Parts: sequence; structure tokens; C-alpha cells
Amino acid sequence: MSVMSAQGKQIREEEATELIRPRPSHHLLAIKVENKFGVLSRVAGLFARRGFNIVSLAVAPTEDERFSRISIVVDAESAPLEQVVSQLNKLINVVEIKQLHPDDAIEAELLLATLKIDKAVPPPLKEAIIKYKANILEQSDSFVTVSCAAAPTKLDELENLLQSYSIVALHRTGQIALPKLEFLGK
Amino acid sequence: MELTGAQSLIKSLEQVGVEVLFGLPGGAILPVYDPLIESSMRHILVRHEQGAGHAAEGYAQVTGRPGVAMVTSGPGATNIVTPLADAFMDSVPLVVISGQVATSAIGTDAFQEVDFTGITQGVTKHNWLVTDPDEIPRIIREAFYVATTGRPGPVVVDFPKDVANAKTDWSWSDEIDLPGYHPPAKPDMAAVRKALELISQAERPVVYVGGGVIKANAAAELAEFINMTDFPLVTTLMARGAFPDADPRHLGMPGMHGSYAAVTAIQKSDLLISFGARFDDRVTGKLSAFAPKAKVIHVDIDPAEIGKVRRPDVPVVADCALAIRAMTDEMKKMSASKKSLFDAKTKKAQLAWREQLAEWKALFPFAYDGKGDASHSGPIKPQQVVEELSAAADEDTILVTGVGQHQMWASQLWSFSKPRSWVSSGGLGTMGFAVPAAMGAKVGQPSKTVWAVDGDGCFQMTAQELITCSQEQIPVKIAILNNAYLGMVRQWQQMFYEERYSEVYLSADLPDYVKWAESMGCVGFRVDDPGEVSSVIEKANSIHDKPVVVDFRTDSMEKVFPMVPAGASNDDILVHPSLRERLAKEA
Ligand SMILES: Cc1ncc(C[n+]2csc(CCOP(=O)(O)OP(=O)(O)O)c2C)c(N)n1
Ligand SMILES: [Mg+2]
Repeated sequence: MSVMSAQGKQIREEEATELIRPRPSHHLLAIKVENKFGVLSRVAGLFARRGFNIVSLAVAPTEDERFSRISIVVDAESAPLEQVVSQLNKLINVVEIKQLHPDDAIEAELLLATLKIDKAVPPPLKEAIIKYKANILEQSDSFVTVSCAAAPTKLDELENLLQSYSIVALHRTGQIALPKLEFLGK
Repeated sequence: MELTGAQSLIKSLEQVGVEVLFGLPGGAILPVYDPLIESSMRHILVRHEQGAGHAAEGYAQVTGRPGVAMVTSGPGATNIVTPLADAFMDSVPLVVISGQVATSAIGTDAFQEVDFTGITQGVTKHNWLVTDPDEIPRIIREAFYVATTGRPGPVVVDFPKDVANAKTDWSWSDEIDLPGYHPPAKPDMAAVRKALELISQAERPVVYVGGGVIKANAAAELAEFINMTDFPLVTTLMARGAFPDADPRHLGMPGMHGSYAAVTAIQKSDLLISFGARFDDRVTGKLSAFAPKAKVIHVDIDPAEIGKVRRPDVPVVADCALAIRAMTDEMKKMSASKKSLFDAKTKKAQLAWREQLAEWKALFPFAYDGKGDASHSGPIKPQQVVEELSAAADEDTILVTGVGQHQMWASQLWSFSKPRSWVSSGGLGTMGFAVPAAMGAKVGQPSKTVWAVDGDGCFQMTAQELITCSQEQIPVKIAILNNAYLGMVRQWQQMFYEERYSEVYLSADLPDYVKWAESMGCVGFRVDDPGEVSSVIEKANSIHDKPVVVDFRTDSMEKVFPMVPAGASNDDILVHPSLRERLAKEA
């Protein structure tokens, strides 16, 4: 897709978006890799070697067992996206890279937290659980484990809230993303 | 056909056309050395695995075919990491087969176990750990394919001992199944036409030729491009020989120790046409001040080079030979339809530009005190040795170097006329490269004379491969520019550390290079007198059955000029002291 710039020049879509939108703080990359020995280490090693910073990283098998998908959030400050992508493309086991602008993406992440409680879940925590559509996975007299799947910014809010309880453990998976429906197939 | 994994490996190497292996055996690779006895491939037993790696690089650089080295696990493998890194930097097709402990022992800190695929991840184009003997033919095919296609580079095949001993079937297919590897080849014609538009408007063009032109065997295409445009050109350290130095349009080497004309032409250019070069910091100097007025056409087969350092106005991702030919084909189409490439005004500006460049070339040559005067009484000038070697060499002679001052003088003063006649360690700057690389070059091109210009420091790092040369009858010739110093480092201390010399003195007499050479089965000469340089070169050139080592006692304090100090702008180039007044006038 190409659009016209203010000067009337034909420019590529990515460039056009750069003109209109503020630079994102992070880039979303969905990297399809061959399911081969050491492939995660190759991808992670490349980031380390070239000085690109990873904000988060998640790996999972795809619908085709020959391939996996690595979802990486890259710190936009640490490197120009174009260099990150072209260096990644040089890895023999990297088959395809999809870039998503955060504005065009549905981003989601999973949070698990175990909190100390005194017999019952305190009412403000209960409210937060409802508000953030979190779930109670397990509960005892002294502890409760909750999960929440949501956009990373929502999880940041929730995590802030949870800080006022005593957190025994808290894990986040790192985000994954898909294009918003309006961009599907584009 | 049932055979062992080791036999399958040997058969697969033969199948891809390997003729020579450089290597040294050990425990984990023992099973592979056994069927090697029956193989048609020649194995050259090196004295250190670093030698095997650089020899394979030298072989690859002069033949255009992949170099192959074989080492054992653990220390054998780690000893070849430097050549892998060297080949990675300079895009040399190198295939290293390394022994590995048995798959069942991997991860147990077994004897001579190292995680070699892990260690070499950052210095190889790709690597493989073989775990299934049935996959050996496929992996060998892929390894050679990856090493030699696209932007060439080194690969490692790590080969566990139990895989070598296992029974397997061998069958061959030429199919390649690498879904993530699609090296580009042909240029996008829209980009080529855009490039031609810039070319047709250029008033002060410079063609910036890099190692990619050598790798793509594109010297003929380059010559045609230059003949059609009459554009001036420079050849980087990796591209020496891509175009004859004797041609007046050739300005020489750019960069930190490049010629004044080459460096300054780039600085003042309005169009820089890069063919297979990567805007290395040793060429650009201070990046923000590099060729500030130039538009850039960047032709490279590696898309990651585009915009890595300097954002081009026209990127062309393609094999250099195909890209250059596409450009000249377009030019031919223009002239067939009676359109001229340049209008009258542009032509006139280009003429003035060429006159300016010719003047710079004449005014600021590579100068040194006592040039052209072999009868002077002082110590031998290292530059004189290179000039006399070059003058005595035929055009097929291959020149190999180590790393340091001698390397720069060799590159500056040798008159190249053919591609693949120059072998040097560029991106990594690996001391000790010359002797083993010369050995590999001579093995690859046995009918050509191979001279190495080496430093005394470098020579001491890998000289033991001359024993290999003597034993295997590989008659290379080594000219040591013996300045008794780690000269290049000494030059920096002299110029930038107030002459505080810290750990750079070596001694001219220790070791005794002539005795050392003789003990390794070579002929050794020593030359102290500038008047004897040419006669000893003549003697060395007449020896064809043994390696020759010449210990040239050269001026300890000589410096390489011109020089752009590290981090400085190319505009601040320092020429030889004898030319400074002239340069001041020019400015
Ligand atoms: C393996 C290695 N170690 C250190 C260096 C740093 N270094 C660059 S040039 C040089 C001096 C080389 O000395 P010599 O071989 O005598 O050559 P010269 O400069 O004297 O001609 C050194 C130490 C290097 N390039 N490679
Ligand atoms: Mg020296």
C-alpha cells in the first residue's frame, strides 16, 4: 500500500506512518523460525551481539510443527528497526518476519501473581480482580493466586495495584500480538 | 549403500568437489581421519589449527572456491575460531569440520568438549551440529551452499564421534531445503534506472569498489562500466586487484592509509557509487564528515549492509556482477537509441573533475625519504622492498600479507593488475595471517608465484606453517619487513601517545630468521643494504623447489603515510612530511 505525502510524492506506507504518527517506544516483531536446534539462542545471540535491546520475548510452536513463532518486543531506542529486521533475516533459520506498529496491533500478555492474604481476599483486591477481568486460580487461608490476560499497559496498572498487597511471586509472560482486524491480510 | 558416518562425510565432501583439506587430527575426529586414507582428497597436515583456517581462507581467496579445514574437538576447535572470525569479517567461503564428543556426552563437560556451535554463532554465517548420520549428505550440501552463495562466509559442521561411527545409508540429491535462505541475485530494474539517473547527472563521481566485486567475479563488468563512463574509482583493501592500478582512472586505496587522491576524491564527490563495499570505519573516518556532499548508490548482495552505516539514495540489493551489467546494459540501450548518458554541461564538469584528480595524484604520491635512491646509506626503507618486489613480479604473482605497517605499504605500493592476486586480512586485522594464507594460496594456484610480505611480529605468530610448506612441497616466498617492532602500534604510540613506547619492541636479531627458516627446511636470506634488495629478490625468485624466507632489515622508525587519525575526518588527512608544505599551499 502506498500513499501520497504532503509534497505529493509517492511514498511507502511505513514511511507515511512515520510521518503521521509519533515514533513508537517499541517495535513488535513476529518471527517465524524453523524448529531447529539452538534457534532461540541464535535469535537472542544476534540481539546481544548487535546491541539491540529486547523488552520481552515469547516463543511457542505454530500450527505447522516445522516452525515456531518468536514474538519479540524491541526497544525502539536501541536500534533502527530496519537494521534489526535485516540482520534477523540473515539468520538461516529465520523464515519470515512480520512487523507490527503498536497502533495497528492487538497486544496481549499473561500475568500470574500469588499474594499473601489473611483468610479472605480483601474487598479492594476483589474489586480489582473484577475490574481487570482477572481470575482466581487457587486460594488457601494464607495465599491467593490470580491470573490476568490483558494488554501490557493494563497489566502494568494491575501490577501497580497489587504492589499494595504482599506479593509472594509475580510472573509475566512477555507480550504477543496480532494485527487488528482492520489490517488483517494487508 | 551402507557405510559409517565418517565414510558418509568423506564421500559427501568428495561429492561437493572438495580437493584439498587443511587439518590436524585428534580424538573426536579420529573416525573421520581413517577413511581419509582412501580418499582422493589431499589433506595437508598443519602444525596449528589456526594455520589450517587461514590456509583454507588463502585457498578460497585465490580460487573462488570454498576452503575446507578439519579439526578435532575442544582445543582443536577453539584454535580455529580466529580464522572463522577473519573469514566472517571478510566474507570468505570457509567450511570447518570439527570433531565433537559423542552426542550422549554432550553437556557433561566431557574430555575436550566445548560448545562449538555456541562459540561460533557470532562468527559464522551458519553452523550445524550433526545428530543423525542419515543427515550427513544433506548437511554437507547445505553447508557448502550457504558458505558460497549470497554474501559468502564461514560455516561450521560440528561432527560428534558417535555419529561418525554409526552405520548409515548414503544417497545424494541436489535439492536444498532452506526455507529461510534466499540469497538475492538479480537487481530490481527500477533501482538500476534510478541509479543511472544519478549517474547521468554526476559532476564529481567516484566509484567505490569493495571486496564484493572480487567475490562476485565482477572485474570484467567493472572494467566495462569504467570504460563506458570514464568515472574515476578507488579500490578498498579488500578489493585490491579488482581494477589495474596502472590505469590513470584508478586513484588507489581509500581509507586511513589510502592515497591522498582516493581519500580526497571521495570527500569532494557529488556521487559515490559503491559496488560491494560496506562503508567500514577504516574507510569513512569520522562518519558525519564522510563524503558530505555525495549522493550514494549502494550495490550490495547483503540487504543488511544497506543503510547500516550510511543511508543510500539508491539501494541496489544484488550480486555485483549482475547489478553492474544491468547498468551497462541500460547505458548500451541509451547509446543504441542515440541518447547520450551525459549532457554537455555534465561532461564538462566531469572533465574538470578528472583534471583535478590527476593533479592530486601527481602532487601527492606515496612518498618516502630516499625514494628511487637504492644507493643511500641508511637502513632499507620498507617501501623500497615492496616496490622492488612488485617490479620483479609477473602479473600473475599473488601477494599475501600480515597485519600492520607492512600490510599498508604492500597494499599502497604493489601494482595490481588482476583480481584474486591479493590476499589480506581486512576486517579482523589478524596478525599471523600471512604465512598460512600464503600456503593455502599456493596450494590453490600452484603454478603462480606466491609472495607474502610479512611483519616480524606477525611472522612469529604462525611461522611454523613453513614446516608444513617444506614437508608438503609448497614453495611460498616470505619477505619479512623486519623493523624490530610491532611497528603499527609503535607508530600510534609515536604519534598519539607522546612517543611513550609501551611493549612494542621485539628485536631485529632475536630470533635469527635465517637460521629459523633453514631449520624449517626453507632457504633463508638476510639483507641489510638497500643496494642488495633487488639482487636478493632475484635470487629468491629463482628458487622453485623450496620455501624462501628473506629477512629484510628495514628502518625501525618509518611511518605509514598518508594517515587519517582514528576518529578524525578524512579532510584532516596527514600526508608524508615531505609533502606537507605542498598540501598547505593547495589548501
Ligand atoms: C592477533 C593480533 N594481535 C594484536 C594485533 C594488534 N596489532 C596490529 S598491527 C600490530 C603490529 C604488527 O607487527 P608486525 O607484524 O611486526 O608488523 P609491522 O607493523 O611492524 O609492519 C599489532 C600488534 C592484531 N592486529 N592482531
Ligand atoms: Mg614489525
